[in-house]
Amino acid sequence: MRSVTGVSLAAACITLLAALAASPAAHAQIDPAGNWTPRFDEDANERIPGGEIGDYLGYPLNDAGRARSDAWDAALMELPENQCRSHGSDYGWRAPSLVRIWTDIDRETQQVIAYHTHMSAYGAEQTIWMDGRPHPPEYARHTWAGFATGAWDGDSLVITTTHLKENWLGLTGLPRSDQATARVHLMRHGNYLTVAVIIYDPVYFSEPFIRTVDFIYNAQQQMAPWPCESVDEVDRPPGVVPHHLPGTNAFLNEFPAKYGIPPQATRDGALTMYPEYVLRLKTLPKLPRPVKPAPAAPR
Amino acid sequence: MALCLAALASPAQGAKPASPAAPSPPAHDYSKDEVHVLPVQGNIFMLVGAGGNITVQAGDQGVLLVDTGVAPMSEKVLAAIRSISTRPLRYIINTHVHADHTGGNATIAKAGMTIAGGNVVGDIGASASNQAAVIAYQSVLDRMSAPTSGGERATAQDSWPTETFTTPERHIFFNGEGVQMIHVPAAHTDGDTLVFFRRSDVISTGDLFVTTSYPIVDLSRGGNIQGVLAGLNKIIDLAIPAELQEGGTLIIPGHGRLCDVADVVFYQEMVTIVRDRVQDLINKHQTLEQVKAARPTLDYDPRYGATSGFWTTDKFVEAVYKSLSEKH
Repeated sequence: MRSVTGVSLAAACITLLAALAASPAAHAQIDPAGNWTPRFDEDANERIPGGEIGDYLGYPLNDAGRARSDAWDAALMELPENQCRSHGSDYGWRAPSLVRIWTDIDRETQQVIAYHTHMSAYGAEQTIWMDGRPHPPEYARHTWAGFATGAWDGDSLVITTTHLKENWLGLTGLPRSDQATARVHLMRHGNYLTVAVIIYDPVYFSEPFIRTVDFIYNAQQQMAPWPCESVDEVDRPPGVVPHHLPGTNAFLNEFPAKYGIPPQATRDGALTMYPEYVLRLKTLPKLPRPVKPAPAAPR
Repeated sequence: MALCLAALASPAQGAKPASPAAPSPPAHDYSKDEVHVLPVQGNIFMLVGAGGNITVQAGDQGVLLVDTGVAPMSEKVLAAIRSISTRPLRYIINTHVHADHTGGNATIAKAGMTIAGGNVVGDIGASASNQAAVIAYQSVLDRMSAPTSGGERATAQDSWPTETFTTPERHIFFNGEGVQMIHVPAAHTDGDTLVFFRRSDVISTGDLFVTTSYPIVDLSRGGNIQGVLAGLNKIIDLAIPAELQEGGTLIIPGHGRLCDVADVVFYQEMVTIVRDRVQDLINKHQTLEQVKAARPTLDYDPRYGATSGFWTTDKFVEAVYKSLSEKH
C-alpha cells in the first residue's frame, strides 16, 4: 500500500513549484503604492522654510550654476507667470508634501501598466510607465513632471525621468536645467519608504547629485486640493524681471558670516559634497560674525 | 485678393536697398535627414527636421502652413503634409525672410492652389490659382525681391510672397478658426510675424522664440534685441496656460521642441537679464570688447551658448550691445 503522506507531500511540492514558476518576479517587487507622510530630520529647515540665500554647500554647482544662483531674486516668484509654477518631479519628493502612489493594472494580465504619484504640494502628479514604452523624441514637450518610465531593480522601483522643464534644486534659486535627467529609487521597507533622487544635469552640475528622503505609511492620510490662480501682487511695469546684476547681490555673504563658515566654502561646488572637504575648510578665512544688536534698555 | 492684385500689379512701396542674400544655413547633406510629424493640438501639427520648424494646420478647407523649411527638404515636407491631409494646400504664411523658413516656398507653393474666380482669373491669368497663396509682412517681399550687386534678385521670384501686409495684424478664418498674424517690428528681423491659431490655441513664433540658442538678432535685416523682447512679451500676453502654468496655449518655436508659455517665460527671463547686464555695462561706458570679457551670459552659456557655427555667444553679445547702443 502506498504511503498517503508521501503522495500528498509530493503533490503539494509540485503545486507550490508550479505556483512559483507562474510568477517568477512578483515576490522580488515590493509595491510602493499607498499614502506616505514625509519625515523631516536634519534637513527640516532646508526643506520647509527653505535654505538660505548663498548656501550652495553640498551642491555640485559649476560656474554657470553659481552665477545663476547669485543672480536670483526672490521677487521673481511674485511675477504672475511664476506664482503657480510647480515643483519638478525630482524636487517634489523633498517638499513638505504628502504623497499618494497608486497603480493602473491591466485587467486581463494583471500586470502593472503604470504607477502614479500625487503630491499635495501644487497637486503635482507624475505617471511612471511600466509597460516598456520608449521616451518621446527630443522635440516633444517638456513638463514639470517629465516623462517617466519605471523598472524593478530587485526590491526597488527605479524611475527614469526625461523631458523635464527647467526648475529648481532648492527654494533659493539653485537651478536645474531642462537638459537634466533624474533617476529616482523607491525603496520600501514595510511601512517606511526611502526615496533616493539622483539628478544628472550637464548644464549646471559638475557631477551627479544625490539626495534621499524618507516617508512613513499613513493609512489615514487626507490630502487637500491645491487650487492656484495668478494675480498681480506687485505693481511692476510689464516685462521687468527681478534679478541681481553680477557682483551686486549683497545677501550672499550673510549665510557664511552667520554660521562662521568661510565664504569660499559656498563657492567650492562638488568638493563640498565629500567629507574630506573639512580639511580644506580649516585653511580658509572666515568673515567676522554679525554683531547682535544690544538688547533694549529696560524702561 | 485685393492685396494680391496690388502686390502683383505694382512694385513694392518703399523698396529696401539691395541687401545681401538671406543667410544660408551651413553646408549640410540633407539626403539622410527625415521630416518628423508631431501632433500638437486642435488642427495643428509640427514638422521637425526641414530646417526651421513648420506648422501645419489641416482641416476640411485644406492645409495652411507656417513656413516651408529649407529648399532641399521640400519633397520630404510635401510627403509629410500628405501623411496628415490630402486636402489642397491653400496658404503659406512666412514668419520672416530667412532661407531656413522660406526656402521651400517655390516647390511647396506650386503643390498648392488658390481658389479664384470671375474676372480675377481673367485679368491675371489662370496661373494665379495654380499655387498656394504665400502671405508675409511687406519687408519679407522687399528683401526677397531686392536686387543684388550682380543684377539678380535676392531670391527667385517663384519663392516670393504673393500677398503682403503692412498693418500691425492680418487675419484670415480658415478651417474653423481665426488665424491671427501679428507683426513684431524690429525683432529677429524687420519682417517678423507671429501666427496665432485661436481655436487650436497654438502660436507659431518663427525665430522670435527658439529653444536651441540665444536669440538670433539679424541687425543687417532690421533686427533688434528690444524687439525680440517685445515679441517674447507679446507671446506671454497671448498665451494662457492650463493649471500649474503648463499646457494650455502651445507654442511652436522657430527651432527646437514644442513648448508652452512657461518655456517662453524662462527664455524671456534669460534675454531680459542679459539685456539688463549689457545695458548696465554700456551705462558704465564699457566697450564691446570689455562687455564680452565681462561674460554677461556666463550662467546661460552651457545651455544656449556656442563657440563655433552660425550663431556664437560672441555674436549674440555683440548684437545685444549694438541693439542697445544703436551702433550697427
